[in-house]
Amino acid sequence: MSANSKWVQLAVLAGIMLVLPVFFPSGYYYRVGALVYVNALSVIGLVILIGYAGQISLGHAGFAGIGAYACALAPVHLGIHPALAVLLGAVISGVLAILIGRPILRLKGYYLAVATLGFGILVSMVLSNERGLTGGPDGMAVPDLGLRQVLRGMGLKLSGGEFWYIANALVLLVAIWIALNLFHSATGRAMRALHGSETAARTVGIDVARYKLQAFVISAVYASVAGSLLALQNGFITPDVAGFMHSVEMVTMAVLGGVGSVLGATLGAAILTLLPQVLTVLADYEQLVLGLIMILVMIFLPLGLLPSIAARIRWRGV
Amino acid sequence: MDAFMQFIFSGLTVGAVYALVALGFTIIYNASDVVNFAQGEFVMLGGMITVFAFDAGLPLPLAAAIAIVITAGIGVALNKFAIEPARGAPVVTLIIITIGASILIRGASQVVFDKQLHRLPAFSGDDPIHVLGATLLPQSLWVIGGAIGIFIALWLFFTRTLLGKAVLATANNRLAAQLVGINTGFVMTLSFALSAAIGALAGVLVTPITLVSYDVGVGLALKGFAAAMLGGMGNPKGALAGGLLLGLFEALTAGYISSQYKEAVAFIVILAVLFVMPQGLFGAKKTERV
Repeated sequence: MSANSKWVQLAVLAGIMLVLPVFFPSGYYYRVGALVYVNALSVIGLVILIGYAGQISLGHAGFAGIGAYACALAPVHLGIHPALAVLLGAVISGVLAILIGRPILRLKGYYLAVATLGFGILVSMVLSNERGLTGGPDGMAVPDLGLRQVLRGMGLKLSGGEFWYIANALVLLVAIWIALNLFHSATGRAMRALHGSETAARTVGIDVARYKLQAFVISAVYASVAGSLLALQNGFITPDVAGFMHSVEMVTMAVLGGVGSVLGATLGAAILTLLPQVLTVLADYEQLVLGLIMILVMIFLPLGLLPSIAARIRWRGV
Repeated sequence: MDAFMQFIFSGLTVGAVYALVALGFTIIYNASDVVNFAQGEFVMLGGMITVFAFDAGLPLPLAAAIAIVITAGIGVALNKFAIEPARGAPVVTLIIITIGASILIRGASQVVFDKQLHRLPAFSGDDPIHVLGATLLPQSLWVIGGAIGIFIALWLFFTRTLLGKAVLATANNRLAAQLVGINTGFVMTLSFALSAAIGALAGVLVTPITLVSYDVGVGLALKGFAAAMLGGMGNPKGALAGGLLLGLFEALTAGYISSQYKEAVAFIVILAVLFVMPQGLFGAKKTERV
């Protein structure tokens, strides 16, 4: 992938984001679109962790939970602006990721999976048990960002759905731009090298522990910001955002679309976000279909949808 | 002291269930190097199928036998249609496949059965037994006794029968086992059937105490997983010790510290074990091959 194709990818994505609303039959679809972008944001973080550095996490929803509750709690208790709360959440998540990442990232495979899983579950447990602070499993309200009012003051009237569609799309584009730059940087190459073989990477002088930790921290911050945005746009949050199923969803989105590719992961996020909306027709069968899709994609398209399809097209072209 | 004994009894009871789930993990892990996140669903199926067969008028032992056989069949199907086709895939892929299977089984149960909580009558009455100043439900004895029985039966199977030794050989070195003429494909099938059957039996035993609904599997899988890790992945003795220890930790935490954070114990223990001795209590040290 050349530096040129980075701009091509970004342009294609921005184009799709711009054109899509033309096909929206109602304002509700802006909300769905905003949700797709916010999910894609946390999934891009996992692309860096799983796709670049080859480490797994089944607990990233924990960071999303920290980001979300930072936005819910900090404005009320610390009196800071919600936008600063997003930053605060990201800092807390990053620091926490450094602290737990050091011991955890020595582990491999299933052991790493279960350690991260344990971390995520502990976060969601604290969020649902500390009722006095978080309102427990029933959740709590999140203050408004206030940016929409500012825009209105400047003469730009946007509905809630439209505003978050644009805001999340912009954040996602920046996040993807960073991820693509990282891919080509020395750091990104080091991460991909240790993904291939840790021993080989160490042999050529790569500080394996350091790059694993960097990938972990970056992905934690992505998840945290995504959690914050989700909380702000919904105006309400429950501990489910930090739950095990949310972690599983995030990893599944990443792997479904293609964990090595930023665009693939975005596609995966889009599919798994839209699926429940489509499956509401089937209501009771939703879980059944979701489980079936996960198994079938992993067996028949182990690289994920986008890379597998791309490989097939390339093969035909030759 | 009385309260302490009470916590010990309840800890051993849940611990026995965790041990059985952990044992199920261990059997599949040894045969196929797969950590089966759908393990908890076997327990759920065991309980659910027994409840529905029992409510349909079948005698309890027959209902339980049917549940165990059907669940074993589902275990075999899981291996055949989801694990076998993905042989050699990376860990992330296998994790997603078994989590997918777990969601699939849960989704199917919610359609086939329902979303209600169900219970079974206790096997030998509800009159508590008084031991050392604490009370013990007869069903707890069934659970603990069942777990011990299964462990002894498995130990005999693995050490005294040719088939059991074939399973051990396959776990040890698949290729070498094939070379000496062991049908490793059959060993895989057997392992999944055995693991599912053990899970189902645990479900039958514990349902009179904890009740069952379509979504109890996830929690049990995570606890069983924690227990297996605590004992050392792939070691049946470790699964037993890990399960019982985890049950005791939980019961004592609930009793003396906080019942809200009792669920957290499993994961704190796991993190602590992984930091201090990543191979668990009984696990063998492994060196990564390049």
